[in-house]
Amino acid sequence: MRRDLIRQLLYDMVLARLFEQAAAEQYALGRIAGFLHLYPGEEAVAVGTLRAADPGDYVVSTYREHVHALVRGTPPEAVMAELFGKATGCSRGYGGSMHLFDAERRFLGGYAIVGETFSVAIGVGYWLAMNGEPDAVLCYFGDGAVNQGTFHESLNMAALWKLPVLFVCENNHYQIGTEIHRHSAVAEVWRRACAYGMEARRVDGMDVLAVHEATRDALRHVRAGNGPYLLECETYRFRGHSMADADAYRSALELAELRARDPVEGLRRRALAEGWVSEEEVEAIETRAREAVEAAVRHAEQAPEPAELHRDVYVQPVDLYSPEIPARRAAR
Amino acid sequence: MTGSRRKREGGNLGLVAPAEPRPELMTWEALNIALDRAMARDESVFVIGEDVGLYGGSYRVTQGLYAKYGEWRVRDTPISENSFTGLGVGAALVGGRPVVEIMTVNFALLALDAIINMAAKLRYMSGGQLTVPLVVRTPGGVARQLAAQHSQRLEHTLLNVPGLRIVAPGTPQDAYWQLLQAIEADDPVVVLEHELLYFEKGPFDPDAPPPPMHAAAVRRRGRDVTLVAWHRMVGVSLEAAEALAREGIEAEVIDLRSLRPIDLPLLLESVRRTHRLVVVEEDCRFGGAGAEIAAAVGEAAFFDLDAPVLRVAGEDVPTPYNGKLEAASIPDAGRVVAAVRRLLGRERPAAAPAPRAGGERT
Repeated sequence: MRRDLIRQLLYDMVLARLFEQAAAEQYALGRIAGFLHLYPGEEAVAVGTLRAADPGDYVVSTYREHVHALVRGTPPEAVMAELFGKATGCSRGYGGSMHLFDAERRFLGGYAIVGETFSVAIGVGYWLAMNGEPDAVLCYFGDGAVNQGTFHESLNMAALWKLPVLFVCENNHYQIGTEIHRHSAVAEVWRRACAYGMEARRVDGMDVLAVHEATRDALRHVRAGNGPYLLECETYRFRGHSMADADAYRSALELAELRARDPVEGLRRRALAEGWVSEEEVEAIETRAREAVEAAVRHAEQAPEPAELHRDVYVQPVDLYSPEIPARRAAR
Repeated sequence: MTGSRRKREGGNLGLVAPAEPRPELMTWEALNIALDRAMARDESVFVIGEDVGLYGGSYRVTQGLYAKYGEWRVRDTPISENSFTGLGVGAALVGGRPVVEIMTVNFALLALDAIINMAAKLRYMSGGQLTVPLVVRTPGGVARQLAAQHSQRLEHTLLNVPGLRIVAPGTPQDAYWQLLQAIEADDPVVVLEHELLYFEKGPFDPDAPPPPMHAAAVRRRGRDVTLVAWHRMVGVSLEAAEALAREGIEAEVIDLRSLRPIDLPLLLESVRRTHRLVVVEEDCRFGGAGAEIAAAVGEAAFFDLDAPVLRVAGEDVPTPYNGKLEAASIPDAGRVVAAVRRLLGRERPAAAPAPRAGGERT
């Protein structure tokens, strides 16, 4: 196992966990508003998949996407500032937690309507295939998204035209408060791919190394022109659906069992046991991640707010609609 | 049920219409020429939709393009409106200039997530990082006894969405100009076409310089009242103007051409001369584009008006199948004439029966 990769993965995992904890704190302090969906428990999915992707690959994600942006390379300052609604945020304060974008890093969002990522991803994949580009698209979605029409519509088109799309299911078993056996007739998401003749497999989404390896294999398949691939990552979220969720629909026992499989802790333990990293290295990684998150919060606190309400509604705005309204009758 | 059976039964691998000035040409040909021209000069332009390729388009608009440009640039899709429109959004984000054909606006209702939640908002939500040069072409309107699910208009829904531009060409020349302009625009544009105008003829010059995409056009000059309309209702308004002229009433007819933005300056200039305005719209009356036009003109030109702005609009009913009832559900020249007479205080109840609902019922 490559030591630099392990160190990178560990840093990403720790950063992801600490960033989301900081976001929860800032939300409680009232500095972050709106809907805030956090990622603790699911870190291995974003980290494992995105570290197996190339910088040229496109990423289309959901509204639980802070970590995807961070792993993609968007600075923590820019992500935190966006959560704060500040002008230095990665969407300049116009998008918020659910709508992070970083075009430069080919991070295309940030979609808050369940099921939208499928069609955007096949559109990017269509363009890549049409032009013979070597890049692929990583399309994220939760288990709740697989019952939207766009899942079936888009998987069909992706398979029909052999588009270079890797569909990554972040199966955390809950569609907000509805457990997968209560929302899906077939609870193994990967099995649905066979309806479109698509290659698929399920991987332990709490094991970042397994996710990383499975993604490498899947992307090799996709880039070879074999068409799309569905990778189901079985994972779990440790917090409620969003900060507004009282999390009353699952048992303490269930949560405790899953917390025992904490992916961040799991990687740390294994890396130490295998001798891939030393205690000192782990400590240094954790310190570096903590400092990055603290710097991000400090930056977000001090950053200016955006001021222009009307910018970027159109690339080419045409204002015909602000006529002077007469206050009183003029002489005719 | 798709609209494709209405017009032709078999596939059509005919040729692209030649791009040369002609005294008369049908709207579908003008659109066909525009697509061909756009695709020839820009490789990022591609067309997707149901039966746009091998079949040649339900209304022949994409005829010949499949043979000329191949299946990647003229793509037949499955019946998955939301996802193939979303596909257009995705491709537009990374350099494509997709032209998505949705067979009728009735089916576009299935794609509103892609159009409204994504295309219209991505630039703004991303803080200006993304552009969505997407064109959605889709025909609507009351055609010939296609019943309630195939006879809708969508102006009322799309009008209220910041981030979209909406054009409504009513002539072959405008269809050509505005489709080319929509493809060149960096913003998402919905090109609302009208099913009954595809086979209407008009003069055509591919090289004439176009007015701005959003500009309204005066189709007839008049001093007594302004009639504003788009699509088929421009023809209805011109017919009404002819009849009114025989009574000594000179109506000005404006073809709006664009519904977002609306060419308010041109409307106001006209209303300040005529002091009266009637909106003639095929879409249902309640909450439609006519309401917006009436409100905007009322706000800006209240003291120039000699009478309230009237709407002669579609009745607030699902479109009935029965032909006579269908005709009664949308404006005709008689109702426009009656509204204008009323506006001018020249009602002639003895000569003409009281207008039946038309646009005046509140």
